[in-house]
Amino acid sequence: MAGQSDPHLSVFTPPEVEFLAEDEKVEIIPKLSLGSLHMICGDFGPFRPNIASEVPLWLAVALKERGKCDIRAPDWMSVDKLMQILEAERESPREFQPLPFHYIEISKLLFKHAHDNIQDIYMVRSLIEDIRDVRFHKVESGLQTISGRTHAVKLKNLSAMEVNIVRPFMIRTLQAFYKHDSPHIIQQPEKSGSRRPQAPDRGPRPLQKKVTFPT
Amino acid sequence: MSGPWSEEAEEDASSLAGTTDVELIKRAWRNEKAAPEILQFEGPLVLRVREQIQLLEETVEESTENGSNDLVVSLYQMDLDRTLFLLRSYLRIRLQKIEKYMIHISKTNLWNRLSEQEKKFAKRCTEIMEKLLEQSVLARLPYGYESFLKQSISSEEDDMVPEPQLDTFVFCKAKDAVGAFQLDDSGDEIVDLVADDLYVIRYKSIKGLVEAGQIDLV
Repeated sequence: MAGQSDPHLSVFTPPEVEFLAEDEKVEIIPKLSLGSLHMICGDFGPFRPNIASEVPLWLAVALKERGKCDIRAPDWMSVDKLMQILEAERESPREFQPLPFHYIEISKLLFKHAHDNIQDIYMVRSLIEDIRDVRFHKVESGLQTISGRTHAVKLKNLSAMEVNIVRPFMIRTLQAFYKHDSPHIIQQPEKSGSRRPQAPDRGPRPLQKKVTFPT
Repeated sequence: MSGPWSEEAEEDASSLAGTTDVELIKRAWRNEKAAPEILQFEGPLVLRVREQIQLLEETVEESTENGSNDLVVSLYQMDLDRTLFLLRSYLRIRLQKIEKYMIHISKTNLWNRLSEQEKKFAKRCTEIMEKLLEQSVLARLPYGYESFLKQSISSEEDDMVPEPQLDTFVFCKAKDAVGAFQLDDSGDEIVDLVADDLYVIRYKSIKGLVEAGQIDLV
């Protein structure tokens, strides 16, 4: 997308988004015994073999890498659940289905470090990719409805990585429309017609509300 | 591992309240990254995080020396590294903003949002920058154009001073419902801010809510 050329507009790099995702909690099945861990980020454990315990993703991955645990794939990462979500995404062009905010990063990390803990991993992976595609398509269509009269956009259920990817483009678009539609330009109606392409008539300016999309 | 940490976990008021200092510094970092202007320095939070980091550093060092469980030590080291990264990133993004807008910050009440050390940094930066521009360019410009702050002596304002763009759009989430919120002066733009939903709004409109901690930038 055009916005990628300005790194500053992205705000976060993908690794930084992943870093934030690594604090999400997952369940592990320890293979060892370990006392409580009193960390700056929280208290975890004690750990006993085969007794499930909740820890941040980064800790789960660290233990898994050392062969000290298995990671229980989150409920939403099952073939059944993902098929439901994909179907719902396809059937509702105006809404995003609720998914964990960091679903992309979480699934990526689990695919990488705990592939043996994920049932039907190929199917799961493929479903998540499809879901990503459908959602992204909706974001793109939604972007087309932004006009100068858009003063706010609502993006219910969009996920962290999706936000970060679309951020530069959305900010630039909104900014450009906002500038070109500032009050002092509206006072010169003969100029505004040539400034932007024909947009569908959305009615008189004061009534225009926020855009909720995908619309 | 036991001892000093279990006490600390209990004494830490913010973890009793359900939000760890790590969560708080993470939020501060995110807000700072996304906001166009510099935000209020989180003095007490930074101090607490520094203390916890120091404590953990000492304990990790001790444990490495007595040959404690390697695995546990490496896990604590990871926790340490992650916290350090957050703290440093927070401080770094602020320094970047200070470098970018040092004159503007020095001349407005944004100055009060800086820590003592940041103020020293900003002062030195400004002095150096002023001197550099003076010596390499301004002194050689014709009369009327040698100002650091104004394009020429006929400028009414300090138009050579870069300012943050407050009307840039930002992505945000309200922690609790804010309800109907007015975005502009004329009352034409009203948004119903529902908890946990994502919005893209002009920073200027929600500045106050961000400062009050009711909205997080994402």
